[in-house]
Amino acid sequence: MEPVSVAPVEIERPESSEAPSAVPEPDVPWVTLVHNDPVNLMSYVTYVFQSYFGYSKDKAHKLMLDVHHKGRATVSSGSREEMERDVQAMHGYGLWATLQQDR
Amino acid sequence: MTGHFEPISGGGAAIALDEVELSILRSLAVQLLELIGPGDSGPEGEDPLARLFAEGPSEPPADPALARLFPDAYGGPDVKPDSAEENEARERSAEFRRFTENDLRTRKREDALAVVRSLDSVTAAGDGGAVLKLRPEESRQWLGALNDLRLAIGTRLEIAADDDSEMLFRLPDDDPRKPMVMAYLWLGGLQETLVETLMP
Repeated sequence: MEPVSVAPVEIERPESSEAPSAVPEPDVPWVTLVHNDPVNLMSYVTYVFQSYFGYSKDKAHKLMLDVHHKGRATVSSGSREEMERDVQAMHGYGLWATLQQDR
Repeated sequence: MTGHFEPISGGGAAIALDEVELSILRSLAVQLLELIGPGDSGPEGEDPLARLFAEGPSEPPADPALARLFPDAYGGPDVKPDSAEENEARERSAEFRRFTENDLRTRKREDALAVVRSLDSVTAAGDGGAVLKLRPEESRQWLGALNDLRLAIGTRLEIAADDDSEMLFRLPDDDPRKPMVMAYLWLGGLQETLVETLMP
């Protein structure tokens, strides 16, 4: 369907030239996973989740337990670039993290 | 060796360490620095092609301890070996590594250097033992370095599952791994008490 233009006719520069593309973004976010490893202390993992992501103590603790008991936990989601930043930060803290597209 | 960190008022942490502990910690931090190394950003003028190959576009570090400190960003334990998914993960990991690993090495090196520096600042004034005081920023660097040390030693001790570390407590005294295990457990205690001082 052709949209009806409401732009005044005297404006020569077409307003639509800078409009964002109408192609829909595939709604598949990326996620950062933290994997269990036997060396990292539970208190340290909780501390990292609190201090880097700003999560509450309860949320950080629950995520840490998921990592410990289920082998991994999704700790953040967003664009691929954002998740690469989070993974790099996790590696900086010494946590074993990967990113992948959420499925 | 029962040293532990305590919070100090106004932020930061303090620990009393004797001469032997100061010396062991310094030696471990120096070994960590040697392990991390200068990274792959070779000197100026080095053949860029050689650097490209030296960087190993699809390969994590060959040393298992280094591979644990600098893991792949894509893939992980759930990806099936030899699948198309694994191939894609390997390529993406290589690209990610090319752009991030040097920064990561720099950070880890600076953390380990911070440990050496604060130890040197007390040993210079000390007469045997000393009380080491860390500012909050130093505490965070110590925390990172202690964790990296435990990861490296844990890899050397082949701690690969949660049960493995329980076995360490039961090693006989004449086991050749005993000194490293003692260091590993001691560092764990240091890290645990240091985390507590930083908990918001």
